[in-house]
Amino acid sequence: MSGIDIGDRMPHATLLGTDGGNHDLADRSASATVVYWTCNHCPYALAWQDRIHQVAREYSDRGVRVLAVNSNNAETHPADSFEAMCDRVESEGGWPNPYLHDETQEVARSFGALKTPDVFVFDRDLGLRYRGAPDDDYDDPSRDAAWLRGALDAVLAGEQPEPAATEPVGCGIKWK
Amino acid sequence: MSPDDRTRTGVVVLWWQGCPSWRRALSMVRDEMDRQGLDPETLEVVEIIDEADAARHGFPGSPTILVDGEDIQPPGPEQPTGLTCRVYRRRDGRVSPLPDPEDLRDVFAKMGT
Repeated sequence: MSGIDIGDRMPHATLLGTDGGNHDLADRSASATVVYWTCNHCPYALAWQDRIHQVAREYSDRGVRVLAVNSNNAETHPADSFEAMCDRVESEGGWPNPYLHDETQEVARSFGALKTPDVFVFDRDLGLRYRGAPDDDYDDPSRDAAWLRGALDAVLAGEQPEPAATEPVGCGIKWK
Repeated sequence: MSPDDRTRTGVVVLWWQGCPSWRRALSMVRDEMDRQGLDPETLEVVEIIDEADAARHGFPGSPTILVDGEDIQPPGPEQPTGLTCRVYRRRDGRVSPLPDPEDLRDVFAKMGT
């Protein structure tokens, strides 16, 4: 599969969000941008969701932009349809970050996203600085998305995250 | 579950390699069997290979754990079969790819009583 490596620029993409707006993933006014793949039905994505949402809340004051993308094939997985995405955000009282629909799966392919979740952290210049899992244990909330937080702290300090890449863990993206 | 699965006695774990929690699930089950005085060597492990295999076993996702033919957290009747990852609800309300260890403990404790 094609995709991007550490140091590569963010692929250009604009996606429809559950808020009804079109969101350009690239925004150079952000001090850092997190793009993560998620979905409605995968237990790994669900298990990590609160931890990632907490990061979105805590880092927004530091200019960090967080975007969630769902690329799953809704024909085989109706729980991941755009309507189901909208229903979920509403039933959860809103999300701290946009939830975007990649219906054609082109964005997932251009990033090389593989799993839900799969996290990509970009610096102010939209260079990829971290890619992988939020932390090292989907089943332990106390891990608190430590890899993602560490990557953001490093990027905001102008340093290279360590580790810069980890293995994404979760359900495979459901391709058409 | 397939008729064969429903009539099995003992503990069976059905798993699919697409969900990374299967190794931890097997470890949890073996450890809990050992704690309860059950022989972990009697654990039956069934790999689900493809969609046809999933349909044949009535497989609702990985991992699925059967005790004397009963799913430890029975899926709803609307739950489709297929190659997917199983969503478990922990006792503290969290969603997890693994069952709650306390649920396993309770189910194994009832075996043979």
